[in-house]
Amino acid sequence: MIEISKFIVGYLILQGAILSLIAAIGVIKLPDPYTRNHAASKNATLGIMSILIGVFLYFYFIHGEVNSRILLAILFIFITAPVAGHLISRAAYNSGVPLWKNSVQDDLKEAKEGKIENRSTD
Amino acid sequence: MNKKNIKVNDLIFQTVTKIVVFIIILYSLHLFFSGHYTPGGGFVGGLMTSSALVLLLLAYDVKTVKNILPFNYINIAASGLLIAVLTGLGSLFFKVPFLTHSFKYVDLPLLGETSLATAVLFDLAVYLVVIGVTMTIIQTIGETE
Repeated sequence: MIEISKFIVGYLILQGAILSLIAAIGVIKLPDPYTRNHAASKNATLGIMSILIGVFLYFYFIHGEVNSRILLAILFIFITAPVAGHLISRAAYNSGVPLWKNSVQDDLKEAKEGKIENRSTD
Repeated sequence: MNKKNIKVNDLIFQTVTKIVVFIIILYSLHLFFSGHYTPGGGFVGGLMTSSALVLLLLAYDVKTVKNILPFNYINIAASGLLIAVLTGLGSLFFKVPFLTHSFKYVDLPLLGETSLATAVLFDLAVYLVVIGVTMTIIQTIGETE
């Protein structure tokens, strides 16, 4: 029983670390702030949640204690990290950061200039 | 860029703030009460409570927060200092040196056997002073244009 739980814990922590590494690579390689934000906020959120679930299961299986603060932290990160990504992305758009040069569609720009009502009629 | 025709829409941020502020305040109270036996205490608890209030200040404007929590934060800091001095003076009534603390095991109705220490009162003083000073600093900086 304890060997299986060690494997589960190790898998979860390794998965979280690899996801965080992928997020870091995405932040370096992707071309513009919006795609970088996409990589960072999603991957890092799931990576940290995996690590925390691994830590929680470690203390539960091996030491037999339920650490409710880790559960609260998982919930807290799940709520706040995507909202932080949304706010950073919106602040970047509102301060005029350009999209990647190969982007094809920018509906928010048309909506801001008031053309979106004309579009719905045609 | 042009702020005139775009109304700032903070719906997501404000909704999340409403949920998250309760989590932060509950956790700060947990830190405050667990300070005697585990890491935590008045200083961290006070900083975390004031960070919840700062999150409210970020999501809403200063006027709304003042309507919700009509406190004068300088008075909170002053009452914290007063409580600290009174816990020190209280020990003089028992003919022991200034700031001598004691504790006792009491059977509370819901919580069972709990050790009630007078150091918690001193911690409460630290908590109030930290909240008062932090919020005074942040509100003073925020109001200067």
